Amino acid sequence: MPDALIVHRLHFAFTVTFHYLFPQLTMGLALLIVILKSLALRTGEEHYNRAARFWMKIFGINFALGVVTGIPMEFQFGTNWAQFSKAAGGVIGQTLAMEGIFSFFLESSFLGMFLFGEKRLGPKGHWFAAFMVFVGSWLSGYLIVATDAWMQRPVAYTLGPNGEIMLTSFWGLLLNHWALWQYAHNMSGAVITGSFVLSALGAFYLLVGKHQRYGQTFVRVGVITGVVATLFQLFPSGDGQGRLLARHQPVTLAAMEGLFYTQKGAPIALIGQPDVENQRLDNPLLIPRTLSFLTYRRWMSEVKGLDAFPPSDWPDNIPLVYYSYHVMVGLGTIFIVIMVVCAWKLWKGTLYASRGMLWVLMLSLPFPYIANTAGWVTAEVGRQPWVIYGLMRTGAGVSSQVSSGNAWFTLLGFMGMYTVLGILFLFLVYRVVEEGPEPPPVFVPQKAT
Amino acid sequence: METVWFCLVAIMIAAYVVLDGFDLGAGAIHFLVAKTDAERHLVVRSIGPVWDGNEVWLLAAGGTLYFAFPALYASGFSGFYLPLMIVLWLLILRGVSIEFREKVNSPVWIKFWDVVFAAASLLLAVFYGAALGNVVRGVPLNDKGYFFEALWTNFRLGTETGILDWYTILVGLAALSTLSLHGALWLALKTDGPVHDRSQTLARAAWWILLVFTILVTVVTFLVQPQVPSSLSAHPAGFVFPLLAVAGLAAMGWFMLRKDDLKGFLASCLYIVGMLTSVVFGLYPLVLPASTNPAYSLTVHNAKAGEYGLRVGLVWWIVGMALASAYFTYVYRHFAGKVKLEDGASGY
Repeated sequence: MPDALIVHRLHFAFTVTFHYLFPQLTMGLALLIVILKSLALRTGEEHYNRAARFWMKIFGINFALGVVTGIPMEFQFGTNWAQFSKAAGGVIGQTLAMEGIFSFFLESSFLGMFLFGEKRLGPKGHWFAAFMVFVGSWLSGYLIVATDAWMQRPVAYTLGPNGEIMLTSFWGLLLNHWALWQYAHNMSGAVITGSFVLSALGAFYLLVGKHQRYGQTFVRVGVITGVVATLFQLFPSGDGQGRLLARHQPVTLAAMEGLFYTQKGAPIALIGQPDVENQRLDNPLLIPRTLSFLTYRRWMSEVKGLDAFPPSDWPDNIPLVYYSYHVMVGLGTIFIVIMVVCAWKLWKGTLYASRGMLWVLMLSLPFPYIANTAGWVTAEVGRQPWVIYGLMRTGAGVSSQVSSGNAWFTLLGFMGMYTVLGILFLFLVYRVVEEGPEPPPVFVPQKAT
Repeated sequence: METVWFCLVAIMIAAYVVLDGFDLGAGAIHFLVAKTDAERHLVVRSIGPVWDGNEVWLLAAGGTLYFAFPALYASGFSGFYLPLMIVLWLLILRGVSIEFREKVNSPVWIKFWDVVFAAASLLLAVFYGAALGNVVRGVPLNDKGYFFEALWTNFRLGTETGILDWYTILVGLAALSTLSLHGALWLALKTDGPVHDRSQTLARAAWWILLVFTILVTVVTFLVQPQVPSSLSAHPAGFVFPLLAVAGLAAMGWFMLRKDDLKGFLASCLYIVGMLTSVVFGLYPLVLPASTNPAYSLTVHNAKAGEYGLRVGLVWWIVGMALASAYFTYVYRHFAGKVKLEDGASGY
């Protein structure tokens, strides 16, 4: 059976990682489109409406892929994690069902209006449709984060006679502290993706000398949003998330930092490779005492290392937790530097002519995706070996009657299908980018064959 | 309380089948009613703004099932592992084909997505029917409430059943004819010109096929799952549900003869609701009958979640569904009326 367990974990990991490439841009871009539509309303300039319409096209393609890859996620709780679902469905089913009922109905209804109804709705109505799409997607983000937060820090439950987990407080589940911090951190991560995508494309237009005015708008809106979001990502949201982790999952924190032994005045490792077999960090580059300070706000406080916990409670893939965490934090720091420099140049009025910085912005495009993915890997692999932290081991949650052969069959199927979807996505977005914000009149099919 | 949730989940599934049913039906008859690219554009346009919202009913119903009956969700979804995954792939292909078809103006591109759209819609209709057939027939549940079925074994009813056997295939074909007719009536309502005329003609022919399937499936189901007729005879009030279906079928025929597209479509909705509620009423309190040992069957009582969760869920469910109904009314009114070719310019 452990063989099948690995396939089921890979199955979920692969499908959710691919899926989340799309919603992070949906949520980030939803906010940015509302900003563009607001600029259009305030200034009355058609330029901002055209800019919004351009991003709407990319949003539409991105949203469609988010929808079609999202449906398998809800189903996989039941198909691949039946024992977990049977035990915990009474709790996390609440937030998942609420996502469908409160946000997807809202989102899908207003998306239709938003994409197809600009003429009939008028400027204010269309702004409102964009705003409701934004509300729907951000609400959906909260309900999913609340679901995951409950798995990270189960609250508001009691155990029934047959081991089923029963909800005891609706608001306890919804206002789980973990959910609030994780949501703040996750959503600013999505805004970072959105603002980098916006400014990268703007930088591309400026560098190739096409659609200059749009390029400037995209860079300006992207950089201003980006500088706020990247700073917020570090403090308070990242900091708050980290301290929550120290309190509730100290063993995960130790794995993330590669801290094998409990220490007073624990350092932070900038780089280094964790050697789990020999329980040490190879080639480390350390900043002394920083981890103690960041965690407990005192330079000499004691931080528990992995040795303080039984190995059976250690995350089962410590190097992956360590690296994904370091990739996330490292990239996050670089994002702050890029966005602060760009914002400073923008303020001085030299950014649009500064080809070096435009190159940097353009080439940054993939990295927010990597950072967001790495953050989620840190959270989910860091939670192991638990599917519900402290309550249910991952191995006890799997669908025991689905064999590894069947799981491989569908995993390979998803891999094939998602490869095709990924290629189609890039192809279609490339066409939109190539066409630009001022496209020729739209194709209308002719009646004759 | 569990009976309330049983009804609510049934209503949501019925809403999904009625709403996404016409999308799937339109897809299944895509090449029969639309002969040119422009006509097929019209078919896709008629469901373009609504298919995504319709599909949300599936997600919402799935989520509701998850929190109200976790044991059923866990057992059913893992036991129907293979067909569910195939359904997910088909849903992906169907959704992508609608969204991507219009993005590139090339005959090769458009033809490719048209074929994907039609094939995925048709197979989805058959698989949904087969899934319903499986639930009615019963599955080999073990003492822990789990099972696993291969896609097919020997196509016979017995203990070693597969997802597909002669009974479930029969229900699958019945579902295909139901949804094809439903989709034809939708297209008759939403289009003009040759697509409208062909849809009307197709609907009239499909009605006779559906009549045959309805009688056949009803008779066979009473033999395969004796719980259904015994439930009905124990609670004669339940005959109202099959009566709804019969009334829907009769009204469909009547309004089709009078070429009243709107009333014909609504009658088709009534027929679908009547058929589904009849099945659901016939099975109650079973939610997943065991073909192995009746004591292993999942019922509303042994599959339900904790009492508190069910009570608090009811509060937000009512609020949420009221909001959702408001959006749906607004969207369908906004996109009411016939789809015109020239409309194509405003969206993309």
